[in-house]
Amino acid sequence: MGGSPMVELATDLTVREVARAAETVLGRSVQVTPDTDIARDLAVDSLALMNIVMELEDRFDLSIPLDRLATVQTVGDLSDLINKLRVKA
Amino acid sequence: MGLLDKHLGYRAPLDGIRAAGVDPFAVRFDAVTSPTEGELDGKQVILLGTNNYLGLTFDPDCIEASAEAVRKWGTGTTGSRFANGTFAGHAELETSLARFYGRKNAMVFTTGYQANLGVISGLVGRGDHLILDADSHASIYDAARLSQAEVIRFRHNDPEDLYKRLRRMGDQAKGSLIVVEGIYSMMGDVAPLKEMVAVKKEMGAYLLVDEAHSMGVLGDKGRGLAEMCGVEEDVDYIVGTFSKSLGAVGGFLVSDEDNFDLLRIVSRPYMFTASLPPAVIASTLMALKRLEADSGLRVQLQANADQLWNGLRDMGFAVGPHASPITAVVMPDQAMAVTMWNALLQNGVYLNLAIPPATPDNRPLLRSSVSAAHTSAQIDTVLSVFEQLGQEFGLLKRPRRASA
Repeated sequence: MGGSPMVELATDLTVREVARAAETVLGRSVQVTPDTDIARDLAVDSLALMNIVMELEDRFDLSIPLDRLATVQTVGDLSDLINKLRVKA
Repeated sequence: MGLLDKHLGYRAPLDGIRAAGVDPFAVRFDAVTSPTEGELDGKQVILLGTNNYLGLTFDPDCIEASAEAVRKWGTGTTGSRFANGTFAGHAELETSLARFYGRKNAMVFTTGYQANLGVISGLVGRGDHLILDADSHASIYDAARLSQAEVIRFRHNDPEDLYKRLRRMGDQAKGSLIVVEGIYSMMGDVAPLKEMVAVKKEMGAYLLVDEAHSMGVLGDKGRGLAEMCGVEEDVDYIVGTFSKSLGAVGGFLVSDEDNFDLLRIVSRPYMFTASLPPAVIASTLMALKRLEADSGLRVQLQANADQLWNGLRDMGFAVGPHASPITAVVMPDQAMAVTMWNALLQNGVYLNLAIPPATPDNRPLLRSSVSAAHTSAQIDTVLSVFEQLGQEFGLLKRPRRASA
């Protein structure tokens, strides 16, 4: 990722929103960093991940096509994807 | 080390379920003697989880047609229709399905799963947009992956959420394909199709309805939810199966699409698999005739569905929003679901244990499906077993209610 402070700020905010979306779907509190592995560290299965994405689509008023999730492993990957899609939108 | 090591996370939960009694994912029947009865470990059980909605698996006419076809045409086609040719029965079944649905074209697939795979991956591809109900069947999700289309999910049975997500897509909403199911296979709930059709029309999208569990079940003529809701003209594609109300195996698509024949050469799950054997085609053709001729089967099915759903609800079990041939009882947790499932089997009632992630909202379910072939007495037996076990395991708070 680039080193601009604006980009880092956006990433921080997005990571926080991913955590909030995960908490809504999972019904428990989670601690995340950009390096958190979604499946392994958060015990999120494929269905829960799709539900988290649905929450995020509403929070960011954005379409996140499921096929883009193929490359998402960490919370950082997911937040990068969202930030990329937001720029495009 | 082995290739399956990556799945070892399932080992402990699976062993735990098996340790509680019979393995629910590998039940072995020693005999199946009617659409509603089987034998298991020398014991008679009532079959209440087989999607045999019209009870046609033992219909004498269907059996006779099937037996005649196997003698006349042999046991199998030994290949795909693309390579080995179409047998007369395949063509006749396609003509019959098109006529039944009032559509120009029909296409038969080897399973219902492959029908979704073959139709959806043929209709949309890279760069297209596919809009799925969040609770879609696995075959629809797998089709989405095969298609490589961009996939957006909307909240289950929520037309407003569908509208919101399509609007969010901007220009890309036009020409996208929305996929919904007639009756959802876990809870037995139906899609609000009228409202969804309105959204589809406003946004210029296409609509596919999977009537797997609603064909032969809903609508005056048994064509399914689209017929019941009076919106058949606005449904572009209907997919269904022969493995439920028609009592065999296979799947189909019907539509008025002008370039329908192209689907046969672009649909890989159609092209690269063996076609259905003549015996299956013959029994399915006969079952379709029975479905069309005997609306009494649907009346009986609904009466049986009402009896089971009302009975369970009156006892205080958590069931779906309305009576349906599929009735799911929500269990408080997986351990209780497994315990109840085993106890029901011990007491002669076979139904389906459904656990997350195959179920909506992460809830374990005892999923049952009634048949027109169930007798009222069989359903009474099922209800009394449920009541007895519900009280034994503390699932029913209220005392027994006098039956009407």
